Amino acid sequence: MSMINGIAASNGIAIAKAYHLAVPDLSFDKTTVANAEEEISRLDAALEISKQELEKIRENARVSLGDEHAEIFSAHLLVLADPELINPVKDNIRNNSINAEAALDETATMFIDMFRSMDNEYMKERAADIQDVTKRVMAHLLQVSFPDPALIDEEVIIIAEDLTPSDTAQLNKQFVKGFTTDIGGRTSHSAIMARSLEIPAVVGTKSITSSAGNDTMIIVDGMEGNVIIDPSEDELATYKAKQEAFEQQKQEWAKLKNEPTVTTDGVHVELVANIGTPEDVTGVQNNGGEGVGLYRTEFLYMGKSELPSEDEQFESYKAVLENMGDKPVVVRTLDIGGDKELSYLQLPKEMNPFLGYRAIRLCLERDDIFRVQLRALLRASVYGNLKIMFPMIATLEEFRQAKAILLEEKDKLTADGVAVSDSIEIGIMVEIPSTAVAAKQFAKEVDFFSVGTNDLIQYTMAADRMNERVSYLYQPYHPAILNLVHNVIEAAHAEGKWAGMCGEMAGDTIAIPLLLGLGLDEFSMSATSILPARTQITKLSKADMQELSQEALALSTADEVEQLVRQRTGQ
Amino acid sequence: MAEKTMTITDETGVHARPATILVNKAGGFKSDIQLAYNGKSVNLKSIMGVMSLGIPQGAEITISAEGDDAEEAVNTIAETIKSEGLGE
Repeated sequence: MSMINGIAASNGIAIAKAYHLAVPDLSFDKTTVANAEEEISRLDAALEISKQELEKIRENARVSLGDEHAEIFSAHLLVLADPELINPVKDNIRNNSINAEAALDETATMFIDMFRSMDNEYMKERAADIQDVTKRVMAHLLQVSFPDPALIDEEVIIIAEDLTPSDTAQLNKQFVKGFTTDIGGRTSHSAIMARSLEIPAVVGTKSITSSAGNDTMIIVDGMEGNVIIDPSEDELATYKAKQEAFEQQKQEWAKLKNEPTVTTDGVHVELVANIGTPEDVTGVQNNGGEGVGLYRTEFLYMGKSELPSEDEQFESYKAVLENMGDKPVVVRTLDIGGDKELSYLQLPKEMNPFLGYRAIRLCLERDDIFRVQLRALLRASVYGNLKIMFPMIATLEEFRQAKAILLEEKDKLTADGVAVSDSIEIGIMVEIPSTAVAAKQFAKEVDFFSVGTNDLIQYTMAADRMNERVSYLYQPYHPAILNLVHNVIEAAHAEGKWAGMCGEMAGDTIAIPLLLGLGLDEFSMSATSILPARTQITKLSKADMQELSQEALALSTADEVEQLVRQRTGQ
Repeated sequence: MAEKTMTITDETGVHARPATILVNKAGGFKSDIQLAYNGKSVNLKSIMGVMSLGIPQGAEITISAEGDDAEEAVNTIAETIKSEGLGE
């Protein structure tokens, strides 16, 4: 056995066989074939089986992700049947008596190069589509297995260098018990998806793909961030016990599902969830969420070939609002740009994407895109308790401008006789230090604040959260961060507004006592963190935590803060 | 031989989704169907051909067909372009 350490990304213990999500060796020799027609039959057979697989994948995607996401596989199926691809391959086999692998590779490479050389990001990405499809056919020609998350039908733990959002979205929870990757951090997409799918995950192991072979038994400990490869009988027993204890703990937590979150001295706080899609609402309800504190709308825009229409967005927003009933739903308007690209918008590459053209900055300039989203939100507002939040606000002018556009669209809809709610709160994300510092001025105009800690920490510490070499600077407990958060909460309360938090920090067991003491009203976190957080908060006294947090604000380092919290709360 | 010229109005142009729909439609006809844009002509039954044209909003395109069902093919595809809100 051996153990690898990574970053604990999603709670729980998974024990299963490893399943490598990697492309197999597709190298081949160019050979001469004696019977060209036989070679063509071999190609046809490989095409046919690839087609059947893609149809199955498309069906799975349709069920788990919806029609829009399944569309891409319709395009893949057309590539398989494309006469401009298949006919030249067959002619090449017939005329030159070469093997199908060589003929397919020649023609596919020509197309891939052609798309790659196009002066258009969207077209360049289509090269990857053709490559995906031809790799699948090639694997069948070579009779090697081609891994496909959607085709898994036994219990496994996925091992990959990294998982894209669409990879993770294709995972079937019935069979995929957990996953572990070489790269990524707690806030990378794969980690966020793991928590919303509620499967254990360890990311950023650096070496799991080279350490565990296919079908090797492995254990993923999503609490400690460890992966055990080829465990002994003793270890298996230990982890099975740990797994059971975790399940029992979950049942304990579940008892608090329909209880309010009240401290020992009677103060009520709101525990709400971060979601990415309407399907996530089930998880919020199962975990006793008192609302949605952050609905990331960018998933509506990602993994597609064009902007989502107003109606399509309206349906998603309406579904979330209706399912949450009268509970609050905070929707963040489009936060795209930076590390989150939309190929069809063809945004220019930037030296400093996190400091660049993204989120509200993009929306204010491309108000054609922004207005469509706002109209969809306004139309959906009558179906529940909607609050709208603008991301990446750095100045009051940005907020005023965004709010003016929103009110303009509201007036237009009202004039057209469309019903719009009159009680929509309009707030902002606080993730830029300038806004946290000037919170007093903002508080006069916004209805609420939600502190986005993932970005606030990286901007305050000037440390890219994707860069592993400076990840030590990602310090949520740093007194500088606590003082900024304190400032935001004080400013909100002075104006009778509320302050929430929707970053990872809001669900962190060390941060929770501090945030409670600082007076945070709303904690928004991964759905699975809600019940543990509620368990923790119901055992704390707000008055004691106020004292604790005042002391913490005056400390010098993040370590000192952590020590203090551990000491006082017995963690 | 049948032929029709149209203008693309969709702001994202002829991308994967509309291209998929058009190629699927074209595949239902026996005629040879061509799509021309900007001096280049491709087989409308080929998804890669259609995509390789990179047709943007505002583009003027010509659909032409040759064969027994040429007339019907061109009309059906022009109709699809309109009903999908892709062009006019």
